[in-house]
Amino acid sequence: MQKVAITLVVNGEQAQVSVAPQATLLEALRYGLALTGSKQGCDKGDCGACTVLAQAEGSDERQPILACITLAQDAQGLRLTTIEGLSGPAGLDAVQRAFAECGALQCGFCQPGMMLSARALLDETPKPTLPQIQLALSGNLCRCTGYTKIYEAVQVAAGMREPSSRLPVPSERAPAEQADQQQKVREIAP
Amino acid sequence: MSEGRPRKSPTDLPESKAPTRPGGIGARVPKVDAAGKADGSGLYADDLSFPRMLYAKILRSPHAHARVLKVDVAKALNHPGVIDALVGAELPERYGVIPWTQDENALAVDTVRFIGDAVACVAALDERTADEALRLIEVQYEPLPALLSVDESREHPEIKIHERNKSGNISKHVELEFGPVDAEMASSAAISDAIYHYAGSTHAPIEPHCAVARVDGDGNLTVWSSTQIPHYVHRELSRVLGLPPARIRVIQPLLGGAFGGKSDPFALEFCVAKLALKTGRPVKILYTREEVFYSHRGRHPMRMHVRVGLDKEGLIRAVDNKIDIDGGAYSSFGLVTAYYAGQLLTGPYRFGTYRFDSTRWFTNKPPCGPKRGHGSVQPRFAFECALDEAAEKLGIDPVEVRRRNFIGEEVLTINGQRIGSNGFLKCLELVEEASDWRARHGKLPAGRGLGVAGSMYISGTAYPIYPNEMPQSGVLVKLDRSGRVAVYSGASDIGQGVNTLLAQICAEELGCDPRDVTVVAADTDLTPVDLGAYSSRVTFMCGLAAKEACEALGKKLREAAASKLAVLPGDVRAELGTLSSSSEPHKNISFAEACRLAEAAAGVPLAATGGYRTKKLGGDYRGGTIGASPAYSFTAHVAEVEVDEETGIWKVTKIWAAHDCGRALNPTLVEGQIEGSVYMGAAEAQMEDMVYDRRGLLYGPSLLDYPIPTSLDTPLIDALMVESNEPGGPYGAKEAGEGPLHAAIPAIANAIHDACGIRLRELPFTPARVLAALQARDQRNQIAAVSPQRTA
Repeated sequence: MQKVAITLVVNGEQAQVSVAPQATLLEALRYGLALTGSKQGCDKGDCGACTVLAQAEGSDERQPILACITLAQDAQGLRLTTIEGLSGPAGLDAVQRAFAECGALQCGFCQPGMMLSARALLDETPKPTLPQIQLALSGNLCRCTGYTKIYEAVQVAAGMREPSSRLPVPSERAPAEQADQQQKVREIAP
Repeated sequence: MSEGRPRKSPTDLPESKAPTRPGGIGARVPKVDAAGKADGSGLYADDLSFPRMLYAKILRSPHAHARVLKVDVAKALNHPGVIDALVGAELPERYGVIPWTQDENALAVDTVRFIGDAVACVAALDERTADEALRLIEVQYEPLPALLSVDESREHPEIKIHERNKSGNISKHVELEFGPVDAEMASSAAISDAIYHYAGSTHAPIEPHCAVARVDGDGNLTVWSSTQIPHYVHRELSRVLGLPPARIRVIQPLLGGAFGGKSDPFALEFCVAKLALKTGRPVKILYTREEVFYSHRGRHPMRMHVRVGLDKEGLIRAVDNKIDIDGGAYSSFGLVTAYYAGQLLTGPYRFGTYRFDSTRWFTNKPPCGPKRGHGSVQPRFAFECALDEAAEKLGIDPVEVRRRNFIGEEVLTINGQRIGSNGFLKCLELVEEASDWRARHGKLPAGRGLGVAGSMYISGTAYPIYPNEMPQSGVLVKLDRSGRVAVYSGASDIGQGVNTLLAQICAEELGCDPRDVTVVAADTDLTPVDLGAYSSRVTFMCGLAAKEACEALGKKLREAAASKLAVLPGDVRAELGTLSSSSEPHKNISFAEACRLAEAAAGVPLAATGGYRTKKLGGDYRGGTIGASPAYSFTAHVAEVEVDEETGIWKVTKIWAAHDCGRALNPTLVEGQIEGSVYMGAAEAQMEDMVYDRRGLLYGPSLLDYPIPTSLDTPLIDALMVESNEPGGPYGAKEAGEGPLHAAIPAIANAIHDACGIRLRELPFTPARVLAALQARDQRNQIAAVSPQRTA
């Protein structure tokens, strides 16, 4: 198969990758650069698991883009951030720490994309309202959490609240049942 | 007051016991795999790659039902970059998760039974080449008439979907009656009698199925698979490939969601294994999203004719349910589904009499199977709506009728299931208060309403799928001189967090820091068997096994520490890496030192095993063990909805969900399970539906055309944990991952009734269905207004 050599700037590093002309950015990241943190959930732009951040030349804003419907060749010239680049020498990003601490990561498969969308939101809106969070994350499908702990994690990352510390409620023991019930069940069993 | 907001905030709730020790039971310990999931370094099946690895693709049937006359892969094999191919005749052995109903082949041998059934497979140097080669495979089909509904399958027994099946297209039929149902129904004061339709839905985990196989120089086969049942995959690979199980190793890497959708063996596991054996090279298959939809095993569509009879006090005298189940093309867990549809309805309320007649039918559609709340979500929806309707006839409040029928604790259900702890009344009380039910139900402005529902679910099952006397779950714990603890467990962490619970149990029993625990999980070469992540069995059974193993080791550590500190073993407190005297805390040693002392005292390395042994449970009749569980969880939901009567568009604004999980071993994880369950239940009420065209083609097998809720579609969820302390559970725990799904759907249906007086009996509640029901309501009201028989 014929391949083309392209140059990508990912997580601050410039890399040469050889890809098929029709290869997507997601394929270039996962197969070409072994950056497997970006996930393939649908390969057609529906689920958001492949979300990475892209910064155009001359712009100071990092925007979430879907790597599975971006041609690898078209990503040349963009400064890309994948989940591997969100943490630095100082450790995990505040978003990653909050997602881990709040239980926003269940299976974790959608979360690289989710956390990058959350990072882009907080870069632009440091103290988002709940509707702002819901809107910003609406392109990232999660099947595990019902989004509840994801909202909490974004708010924790923004320093707007502490992680949930609610305690369970005890149930008082109900009075014991009549002893004849077992007999009754035996009588009417099929 | 009718406009009042719910008054309870989370902080107003009464308090429960705090964790027993830091990092132990009851603590909000972050998941042990959270960091690897947060920084992108965690490896899922598709993240694995090996030198010389091939990529394989599966050709799928374009016919819903056809005989396969010929499969010719010659042209595909000549395509540059194609290394090998596979046809059904090479894997003729049938498989299936239930030993008595094995009816699947990895690739069609002579018949295809749904659009999407697997036919042939090619392996190539890359995915794109494999895709191109699929188009070069020549298949001759002889189309057969396709049966696409329960009615068609019933009416055409002469068209057999499975030729060897004894009774037409019936996959399983169960009929059980407990007590004189007809007599009790006849003397009931109020009866609800209606037919309900539950739509099929699918799991849609965000990770598609993926498997990788590799054969080493000694001929040993390793399969990495995104499965929630490594043990059954191990057994079935052995049978189908004809290899001794000791030559096969199955490893489950990180799993990107399952919900029951990865609890059958699938074509890809057999294909990568066979191709790796044939080519000597590693082979990977990653399903496309479309293939995930065809693999399915999702929620069964059910038609349920439910009758519920109440006496004048609102007590349940009789329940009768006639159930037709659309099973799709293969058996999967269908034998269990047919039973669960009846057996799991008999709590949290006491039934005076009960009958169910449940039939699962084969149809030429993707096979249904176990989706979160397997088999019991559908009848629960129908029953909770019927209970509401019957109580309304008697003028009894929906919360009150549920309270009056509470079955109690330490009781047997009418079908002989032993209920231990039961916190259902507390669940009801919490959601009643949190939603401000008394002030708001029936009193909100038109178009807004509240609805309530309850449910019960199993914590594992006494039925181990293949009969055997071995433990259902095993755990091995090993202590190192460094103070590092290694736990070996066959259980599958599918995101629910069992690996974290294992670390917490070590912290609780041994006194180590949970961060000093390595969990080695779901690797058939290394870990003791656990039967898999299904039936909500893992926390309960694997938890008890781990506790048993840890208790033995904890005793040795405390004895060694007591001897060194010159105190009694009972005085030693072990916590977060330090063993100290409770009475004289300055006397202490580190956990690592205790390990060294205990190893010296024992003279052998420190390790212990624990197991969960299946107890004899269930009623003494055929099928009485199916649905028999060592413990049952209970749930109550209140849903609040807003309906736009002009358009039929509605939304759930909030769901309060209280779940009795026995003991919350990790409240963060329990809340997560409740929230995820509520979301998934609400989704089934709102939008999810597996729709097929008249040829059996699934409409839009994508996450856009089969919509699942985004953050903008999901209601606000208030997860309330109730602890009832289950006597048989690990530290009192029961399940939390499936039970809280059930009540969401009927609570929403009942809320829509409260909002605008319509009873919806067909899922999902699309705006078109809501609008049709509203128009029917208006017509009824119009006729009533001009009826000569006016009532006062």
